[in-house]
Amino acid sequence: MEPAEIAAKIKELYPADVVDVRDFRGQCALVVKKDDILEILMRLHDDPEFNFDFLKDLCGVDYLSKRTPRFEVIYQLYSIQHKHMIRIAVQVPEKSLSLESCTCIWNTANWHERECYDMYGIVFENHPDLRRVLMPEDWEGYPLRKDYPVEGPEEEWRGFKEVLQKHEEYKKYEWNR
Amino acid sequence: MIDTSLGLIDVEEGIRIIPGANTIITSLDKLINWGRLSSLWPVTFGLACCAIEMMTTGSSHYDLDRLGIIFRGSPRQADCIIIAGTVTKKMAPVVRKVYDQIPEPRYVIAMGSCACTGNVYRSYSVVQGCDTFLPVDVYIPGCPPRPEALIDGIIKLQDKMRTERMRWSPLK
Repeated sequence: MEPAEIAAKIKELYPADVVDVRDFRGQCALVVKKDDILEILMRLHDDPEFNFDFLKDLCGVDYLSKRTPRFEVIYQLYSIQHKHMIRIAVQVPEKSLSLESCTCIWNTANWHERECYDMYGIVFENHPDLRRVLMPEDWEGYPLRKDYPVEGPEEEWRGFKEVLQKHEEYKKYEWNR
Repeated sequence: MIDTSLGLIDVEEGIRIIPGANTIITSLDKLINWGRLSSLWPVTFGLACCAIEMMTTGSSHYDLDRLGIIFRGSPRQADCIIIAGTVTKKMAPVVRKVYDQIPEPRYVIAMGSCACTGNVYRSYSVVQGCDTFLPVDVYIPGCPPRPEALIDGIIKLQDKMRTERMRWSPLK
């Protein structure tokens, strides 16, 4: 099936959830509300007509001062059997930064959701192990948000401050420096 | 029989031999420095794409072995560390820990723009030059530096080691 065809079918099945069918340079994305996302994804996975057995990617987007709601979570789905694909964009408003985890459908979503949480602070409910995956565990802030300072917060991370302290402290043990 | 008629012969600046006596006269500094720079063993430690270039330098085409350089798997058996790649803030404590385990005398080569200055990554996660937390001896620019550049850097370090004096203890 063509992506537009799949999008039309989902819109027919879940008219209350589908907000928009976005078309950008010939690529189709289905924009949905976050409330019933798990049900929609489950349908896409289980229905033999769709059979989306492969989650290609899951990522977050921050549309600060460009769109409301501010955040989106993007699912890239692929069917190995039918060789068709679809992009699902889930709207996540800033006020309630959470949505259902889809790890119960695709196991691969586990680390993708952790990364999304790490970078944007979007909480995935019922995730088996929602910890930071790239940044240090005691890092403060979410680096890929558009309002995050590029060169980092003014307060240096604890771990790096300790290394700098160690450097000064151990200078007296160096030979002939 | 010692032939004393010739006296001491200068073979190099500061190195003399007694002909026929199998004896060399030189300073301890020269002898120790020569020993150190002729078997400079770096710890196997790569961080990013520079590590690929470092491996190339070590393999048969460029062959670091001919300089007496053999990569060691443990910092406890090594003399120097080549910081080959981008050092992130999360990685910095690990790099420092590896460096701290190297016995004195130890040397640091900062390989590539990232290790020297942080390169284009002026960001929240990248250390702006590994000299912020390590005493660097030689800086090698390049992104990544070619094997020739790394060899040149190592030779520069050897030249530096050759001129060292009294580096035997922590006492100044």
